[in-house]
Amino acid sequence: MRVVSRFAARVLIFVCLFVMGQTAHAGEKITIAAAADLKFALDEIVVLFKSTHLADQIETIYGSSGKFHTQIQQGAPYDLYFSADIFYPRTLEAEGFAASKVQLYAVGRIVLWSPSRDASALTLSDLADPGIQKIAIANPQHAPYGKRAEEALKATGMWEKIQSKLVYGENVAQAAQFVQSGNAQVGIIALSLALSPELAKQGDYALILDKLYQPLEQGFIITRHAVDNSLAREFARFMAGKDVRAIMARYGFVLPGEAK
Amino acid sequence: MYVQSWHAMALSCLAKQNNIMESAFSAADLSAVWLAFKLATVVTVILLLIGTPIAWCLARSRSWWKGPVSAVVALPIVLPPTVLGFYLLVAMGPNGPLGHLTQLLGIGLLPFTFAGLVLASVFYSLPFVVQPLQNAFEAIPERVLETAATLRASVLDTFFSVVLPLAKPGFLTASVLGFAHTVGEFGVVLMIGGNIPNHTRVVSVQIYDHVEAMEYAQAHWLSAGMLLFAFLVLLPLYSFSSKGRRK
Repeated sequence: MRVVSRFAARVLIFVCLFVMGQTAHAGEKITIAAAADLKFALDEIVVLFKSTHLADQIETIYGSSGKFHTQIQQGAPYDLYFSADIFYPRTLEAEGFAASKVQLYAVGRIVLWSPSRDASALTLSDLADPGIQKIAIANPQHAPYGKRAEEALKATGMWEKIQSKLVYGENVAQAAQFVQSGNAQVGIIALSLALSPELAKQGDYALILDKLYQPLEQGFIITRHAVDNSLAREFARFMAGKDVRAIMARYGFVLPGEAK
Repeated sequence: MYVQSWHAMALSCLAKQNNIMESAFSAADLSAVWLAFKLATVVTVILLLIGTPIAWCLARSRSWWKGPVSAVVALPIVLPPTVLGFYLLVAMGPNGPLGHLTQLLGIGLLPFTFAGLVLASVFYSLPFVVQPLQNAFEAIPERVLETAATLRASVLDTFFSVVLPLAKPGFLTASVLGFAHTVGEFGVVLMIGGNIPNHTRVVSVQIYDHVEAMEYAQAHWLSAGMLLFAFLVLLPLYSFSSKGRRK
């Protein structure tokens, strides 16, 4: 009996210490909701930011811009919101959900990507090739990259011809994953994803002419939730720095204030 | 002939209600609802066919494999749908074992197809059909089967004229739960469906898309419809079973 209670006491002490260790965390915390195209670039940026903010916690969540927009309207506890389409943070700002002005941080590009064929020579009209049975794009209904893919396909008159081959990812990363797993042969995805180490070693890509679709202007805001969060402001300032711009450029983003 | 007249009746009913329907549900919504019901019907029929022998073996066996097989059948209750979705996507892909098989058979690849959803749903809803059947079979006393055997009824005859009538409530429960659970499927479909209108965009995914696109009015109509459907399907099930218990 005594042995049991001594063991229980030890466990209790351990649990207490653990909980204290968690709450005694000195730094601040931010949660970032970001469009799926930022997955690899933002991961690198966060690692860089953390190297000078060892005590702070930064969490990133990736998904479709439309979904995060809805969630923030419903009070989601995100401190920063990086959208693949500046339209979403602009509406949030207009509706009073923002604690900062909308910052344009990059312009995205769409590409044709395939691991199973030479994608560097692919064009949109090649998609009619019967050898390509499935083409993955993000859902145009709420994912900006999907909307741009649809625009480019319509501008070239390919939309009607290949509509039966299209499969829709919940966001642009899922569209890429459909192609990566071999279930679709070609995807229209973000250049930033095609340039990520994971996808770059598997397949090549071809840029889609940017005249064919509306520019993918990407904007971020500090949300109302983070109105008193100084770390969120610091991260926002950090985004304009030279190092961050270098990372973004490496992932194929066109940066604001720079010629293409 | 009968089917045709039924179809015509349904169409005229639909036409009469067109005004209400048009404002509440778009053609894409109706197609998503229809697809979910079609999927659930096909899956329920398949599950009754393969679930019955499985449940029978599990109910009558005392062998060592009963435990492991029961656990495997029950897996989808515990597993996150993402696990099933992920493994199925990989297995049914061009480099997976199922993908190799379907390509050899000339069916092509199953992800993003209705057949792929059927296969996934059969796994996903299996326990909801097998378990009620197994319970019903276990409730049939051994004595009854022995009596049938002494009357020289064949195994099949025993099954159809003794087991089936006695296990009727079990079959009803299994059908309703299998059907309803398939209609309610979301995670697996999102992962292997590819969201194709008329093929893999079922009602649960359609609601998700409406919400993400901030089309709350459409999301409300569909969601409320599903809520009502789920309640109406489950109501008789639980009303009957509680009556049975009171007896």
